[in-house]
Amino acid sequence: MLEIKDLRVKYGGITALDGISMQVPDGKIITLVGANGAGKSTTLRSITKLVTPVSGSITYDGKELTAMNTQDIVRLGITLVPEGRRVFADMTVDENLMIGAYLRKDKEKFKDDIAFIHDMFPILKERSKQLAGTLSGGEQQMLAVGRALMSDPRVMMMDEPSLGLAPLVVKDIFSIIQKVNKEKGVTILLIEQNANAALKIADYGYVMEVGTIGLEGTGEELLSNERVKELYLGKSK
Amino acid sequence: MKKTMNKRNLILNIIVIAALIGFIIWAEESRSFGAYNQRIFKTCCIYAICALSMNMVNGFTGLFSLGQPGFMAIGAYVTAFLTVSAQDKLSIYKIVPISEGMANMHLPFFAALILGGIVAAVFAFFIGFPVLRLRGDYLAIATLGFSEIIRIFITNAQGITNGPTGINRIPNTYMNLYVVCGILALIVIFILAMMKTSYGRALLAIREDEVAAEAMGINLFKHKMLAFVLSGFFAGIGGGLLASLVGAIGPDQFKFTVAYEILLMVVLGGQGSVSGSVAGAFVVRIALEKLRFLDEPINFGFFKYPGIGGMRMVVFSVLLMLVIILWRKGIFGSKEFSWDRIFGFFAKFKKAPEKEVVE
Repeated sequence: MLEIKDLRVKYGGITALDGISMQVPDGKIITLVGANGAGKSTTLRSITKLVTPVSGSITYDGKELTAMNTQDIVRLGITLVPEGRRVFADMTVDENLMIGAYLRKDKEKFKDDIAFIHDMFPILKERSKQLAGTLSGGEQQMLAVGRALMSDPRVMMMDEPSLGLAPLVVKDIFSIIQKVNKEKGVTILLIEQNANAALKIADYGYVMEVGTIGLEGTGEELLSNERVKELYLGKSK
Repeated sequence: MKKTMNKRNLILNIIVIAALIGFIIWAEESRSFGAYNQRIFKTCCIYAICALSMNMVNGFTGLFSLGQPGFMAIGAYVTAFLTVSAQDKLSIYKIVPISEGMANMHLPFFAALILGGIVAAVFAFFIGFPVLRLRGDYLAIATLGFSEIIRIFITNAQGITNGPTGINRIPNTYMNLYVVCGILALIVIFILAMMKTSYGRALLAIREDEVAAEAMGINLFKHKMLAFVLSGFFAGIGGGLLASLVGAIGPDQFKFTVAYEILLMVVLGGQGSVSGSVAGAFVVRIALEKLRFLDEPINFGFFKYPGIGGMRMVVFSVLLMLVIILWRKGIFGSKEFSWDRIFGFFAKFKKAPEKEVVE
């Protein structure tokens, strides 16, 4: 289980996270929703040590992550699908997948995994020799997910996977997230502005408000919560 | 289809490599190629090594470093110092006489050359710690500063480097085409093989997107350092070869303008392409030599061109600007030379008339 306790992060003098606590149990889909600047991405970036927290603790199965470096955290099986996909544009689809397996040592399973990802995303198999930069937004997002899966993760964190994608493609992406969760048993920590879609597939959700957690509850609870509806789901009073 | 294409490529590769080897043997042994052309060829190879060194950092890893002259100077001075005979050294060092012990330091050419590369690599390692934290222009300025520091150090450390007078009488016993081309080939093979390993892919990933690379668990600093140190090593080797070819070195040969000249080769060939760096070096060096006729008077019959000193540089600059404007990614882009691309290019012309026939 991934557990965050009283995490505080500052950028210069500005407080980005003001003591947040949350739990991500194994095998679940947990979502973190909230408006721009609420601190969602900062939370993810602190977990992978791309930013260093001021205080608080992040543990995974009892191991303190704040004392580790990014490589060791990825090695533990925690991987990040960064915001805006960030595929390696001038490399082929397969090369992107290989980079995803950079820290892996077990080469036999590696082939199975490429096959698994080709099965899951047939389009990636079709375009395996194509440069990643020539893929469409949705395909790039699939590649980003595939690349993250290549590290054989136990927890996959996704930063705004629906950003800038057409509504139909967004639907695909969310069903892929569910598939990864069910078929590979990967724990998902999902960050979304698209609160409606995210809460629908989530087992449990946290609603962030400027640096703190405002509300939490199961996906359904939050979906029916008046305050969430008002603030994030765009229902009028 | 694919198999026959692979077979075709293999055969073409063997033919081209055999032709190259044949050409090198001919150029070295035959009188008709001439000492002047031989020298241009050797200079091209040496600059190709330096361009490959810069491409390692600027092309593959996506950093902007201009430290090449510094590393070349280190390699050149180490090689020169260790290959010049003790007698010669005693007579060369006039202003500050060299001590007996230092004059007697001597190594065979290849040992000295490799040591020059290693010393340059060690410098790269220690400089890497502070400067590889910088990005973009800042890194360029810091590395440029480093290479100026090396040059000024060399100018002033007269007891070791003979100061501004430099070192001459550097033996060129081994400076034949076999050695120069052989070293270039070794470096090319090494880099191509390395780029196929996970280390090589990690470097490309850093170039493409540092944040994503880091999120994949790639240690940015370690990989940048690896590229920087290797680049230093190759530049050191290039400098050592240059010193032996020219026979005399001084601090002025390693001014910061050298960095731009090498950068030009890398950009012209295509950043991130090994074949591009080699091609870039050959194009620039050969063009600089072969455009010399522009500096001299030419008689067109109806018009007498008086010959303007430096005209070749003007023409050369214009040509370069045209290439960069019309062919922004360089000759090869970030890709390598491949037969498939060449045939693909010609296939485009072929296909058009075929369609007409069908219709």
